Amino acid sequence: MNTSSNLTNIVESILFGAGRPMRLSEIKSLLATQNIEADLPNIKIGMNELEERYSNSALEIKEVATGYRLQIRNEYGDYLYPLWNDNTNRLSKALMETVSIVAYKQPVTRGDIEDVRGVSVSSQIIRSLLDREWIKTSGYRDTPGRPALYETTKIFLNDLNLKTLSDLPSLPEALPVEGALDQLEVG
Amino acid sequence: MKAQAQLEFPLFKGEALTQLPEDLFIPPEALEIYLEDFSGPMDVLLYLINKKDINILDLDLSEIIGQYIKYIDLMDALKIELAADYLVMAATLTQIKSRMLIPQADEEEEEQDPRSELIRRLQEYQRFKSASESIANLPRVDRDFFVASAALPAFREQAPLIEISADELAAIFQEAVSRPKFFEHHEIRFEELSTQDRIALILSILNKSNVVQFFQTYQKREGKQGVVVSLLASLDLAKDGHVELIQNEDSNQLYLKSTNRGFY
Repeated sequence: MNTSSNLTNIVESILFGAGRPMRLSEIKSLLATQNIEADLPNIKIGMNELEERYSNSALEIKEVATGYRLQIRNEYGDYLYPLWNDNTNRLSKALMETVSIVAYKQPVTRGDIEDVRGVSVSSQIIRSLLDREWIKTSGYRDTPGRPALYETTKIFLNDLNLKTLSDLPSLPEALPVEGALDQLEVG
Repeated sequence: MKAQAQLEFPLFKGEALTQLPEDLFIPPEALEIYLEDFSGPMDVLLYLINKKDINILDLDLSEIIGQYIKYIDLMDALKIELAADYLVMAATLTQIKSRMLIPQADEEEEEQDPRSELIRRLQEYQRFKSASESIANLPRVDRDFFVASAALPAFREQAPLIEISADELAAIFQEAVSRPKFFEHHEIRFEELSTQDRIALILSILNKSNVVQFFQTYQKREGKQGVVVSLLASLDLAKDGHVELIQNEDSNQLYLKSTNRGFY
């Protein structure tokens, strides 16, 4: 048997069957259970071959925060969307603002989020972000009340097709307030 | 007449506005929906500012403030239940506006511009708002792209089948019908002992003696209910920091100790 194309097929079957991102090391240990010794560079080569094989198809290999994942290309999403036809992905502005503040300022407490948004953060929003596993509690701040600190998860990155936090759109720069205020006339 | 007109119509860039700009007019019945579209008072303020197409930094806040407060008043008149945050913002804005109306005192006691804190917060909010919009536009799983998967659905654990013979079933049925009746009608009575009264009682004891044993806070004839009411009262007092609950390791006596914080 041609081992190289065999390895590519094995990688393909694992990605397809896992239905979630797989790290090269995870693939390696799955191979080991079948007494196949493959080092990470070889698995990566298999991955690359697979990528090439898909280059003319609706599928693609995407590397996200927790590994490689087989997914349907964005441009075909429109055909699938009506199949699911659910509203679970319609996220409120308030929720997106909240998770964004967590993402850029983490770890943050609820109070930190409220300071930026100028509005109390409902438990429902936090609950829903925790349920989605987009944020998690990373600890407690050593201030009165010991408020929980939140940070974003790898699942959050996975779900947005990102590998690391630095792939997020950059936060616009803060403008200097003082200088500009000097120019203001008293209204 | 002229003076009155100036009072009636706000000046915008030197021209009197004789009516609200169209995109700012919100039919009263739509106000509620309109509010839902915003994520909070800062969002509303930014909207008002952006509609004017003004840089936050060149902002003549007093006009925007006026508009914001007008909306709040309108909503109040319509009896739309306002989130407290909107009212807090209205109060902040009113405060800023009133401070701006007061003639500035000597330059020595140079105060911070009342607007600067608000502008700083608006800017900070705007940064995150725009970043959050970019994030919302990122391709998202199950909305823009889908995972290709042949993964098996998560299996639900099957409850094991119960093996039971007809005889056993009959016996269980027998037992069930002959079970004493636990459900019966009963009358609900108002509590005879009130927790509030008990709190007052405990506090008055503590005023004199500083420490009291738990069993001294109820009377035997009050029965279980007395113990429960005393316990609730003690917990309530402890929660608010009026007493400390103390129990020595070697005794099972519970003590209530006053923290001398006074009661209101």
